[in-house]
Amino acid sequence: MRADLKLIEPWVKSGSQVLDLGCGDGTLLAYLRDKKQVQGYGLEIDTAQITHCIEKGVNVIEHDLDAKGLKRFADRQFDTVIMTQALQAVRRPDVMLEEMLRLGEQGIVTFPNFGYWRCRHYLLWKGKMPMSKTLPHTWFNTPNIHLCTFKDFEALCQEKGIKILNRIVVDAQFSQSRFAMMWPNLFAEFAVYRISR
Amino acid sequence: MSSQSNQNAAANQTNDALAHSVGIVSPQKMHFDQALALVSGKTLKQYDLVYETYGELNSAHSNAVLICHALSGDHHAAGFSSEDEKKPGWWDSCIGPGKPIDTTHFFVVCLNNLGGCNGSTGPNTVNPDTNELYGPDFPIITVKDWVESQVRLADALNIQTWAAIVGGSLGGMQSLAWSLYYPERLKHSVVIASTPKLTAQNIAFNEISRKAITSDPDFHQGHYYRFNTIPSKGLMLARMIGHITYLSDAAMGEKFGRDRKTEAFNFGYDVEFQVESYLNYQGERFSKSFDANTYLLMTRVLDYFDPASEFGGSLEKAFEKASCNYFVVSFSTDWRFAPERSEQLVESMVKAGRSVSYAEVDAPYGHDAFLIPTERYMAIFSAYMNRIIKEIDA
Repeated sequence: MRADLKLIEPWVKSGSQVLDLGCGDGTLLAYLRDKKQVQGYGLEIDTAQITHCIEKGVNVIEHDLDAKGLKRFADRQFDTVIMTQALQAVRRPDVMLEEMLRLGEQGIVTFPNFGYWRCRHYLLWKGKMPMSKTLPHTWFNTPNIHLCTFKDFEALCQEKGIKILNRIVVDAQFSQSRFAMMWPNLFAEFAVYRISR
Repeated sequence: MSSQSNQNAAANQTNDALAHSVGIVSPQKMHFDQALALVSGKTLKQYDLVYETYGELNSAHSNAVLICHALSGDHHAAGFSSEDEKKPGWWDSCIGPGKPIDTTHFFVVCLNNLGGCNGSTGPNTVNPDTNELYGPDFPIITVKDWVESQVRLADALNIQTWAAIVGGSLGGMQSLAWSLYYPERLKHSVVIASTPKLTAQNIAFNEISRKAITSDPDFHQGHYYRFNTIPSKGLMLARMIGHITYLSDAAMGEKFGRDRKTEAFNFGYDVEFQVESYLNYQGERFSKSFDANTYLLMTRVLDYFDPASEFGGSLEKAFEKASCNYFVVSFSTDWRFAPERSEQLVESMVKAGRSVSYAEVDAPYGHDAFLIPTERYMAIFSAYMNRIIKEIDA
């Protein structure tokens, strides 16, 4: 099972309405449905992933977030709006965050930390855009067009008046190491944020 | 290749198609004596419905799938009527063993709708009140009326709940209507290349088709049977117009381009371009096999469909009544019932809290894409139907 699912699960109420932006193969929604009787919808653009969702019996809606935004969904239509590992890939992460909290009571966001020491080390010593298992793409074809550090993200939240209710920082295996908790912006590879208005 | 081997190749192809289909099928007819009150205020005192079935109904009666046909369809959706039939049923690409609607798992029912011209009661059948063909006196039917008649067929076949009701285009509208009027009688509604209502442009195209038919001198206000003629010119024109709207610019370009029958221009108005030839052929063939009054009726059924109007104009309110799971599919180049129309359906379903999955399939064939077995279309259609099989088996 994906480790991030376990971190997200406690923040999702049983029987609640969930929207998963960039839901991939539907693993998270299927997990929340089976474990917490969540009624969920996933938005996805990748055709193969959409088929996987359908196979799992997960509600999936083919939708290009960048092209179409979230206008067609109503205010407060969902209890929780989730975006795992996709915020850095959208055209306007700031608008996306605001939209997430328009549609949902709370938002859950995960993204890779560009301030992670290996990224810094790569750039400092190689003088090239960091590549790793987490960020395997070259600078010119990466879908991750808006990478940021935890500090960047938190500054944006503050500017937008978005409350950070919880933050869990983890390493690449999604476990909470001591180092990562002590100096997250340097030693944590991912974070899971729970946010609200 | 010699003509002998050509014939063999053609025969092999047919055998192959036969082997991968539900095989040789024959229609059945059911008579209904109980009067059917129509939305128009008129009544059909009695009527017949012609239908075909494929596969076996299981002991729990939980594996039945209803197929709803579109404008020019009928009950012959899959398989071959005889070994001599060149083309299988109109949706053979999707119904049969190993196909998305897999007949080794599902019991499939497809009927010719009321007002049709292929055996069910319609303009070209005898009106018991006059002992003459109904002709233009056949009452205007609506999608809701069709659903009522289909409910009675379901009752007669001992099907309390459909595992799924599946339809493309006008067929999708029937599936939607079932989900709103008889929510407890279906588990899944599969709505392909459809729309919550026609746009002004859609209605405009229908009106041109109707005008083409009614202005044919052989139309005789719909009483052409009495004159032993058919308004074939008008019906042909109607079909030609319709056909253009079912294809995309790209699909026509790919199929015909500017190809001509002769290399040099003839400097006249006879058929020269391949696309002209094709349209004429399609139109002519259709005008010989389809009934003009039925064509008029079908276009009106389309025009009138607007279930939201019964819920204060709110599609969302309409879907609050529903309880089935929806699967909505659109095609990127369909400009007759464009993807935006399907998205409107999905948006309202989500707002109403319904379970729904949606895919926009990138296919170059316009509205007709729902009949063409393109790879991704087959993949998601199969995935969804397999999910239903799993639920039945669970």
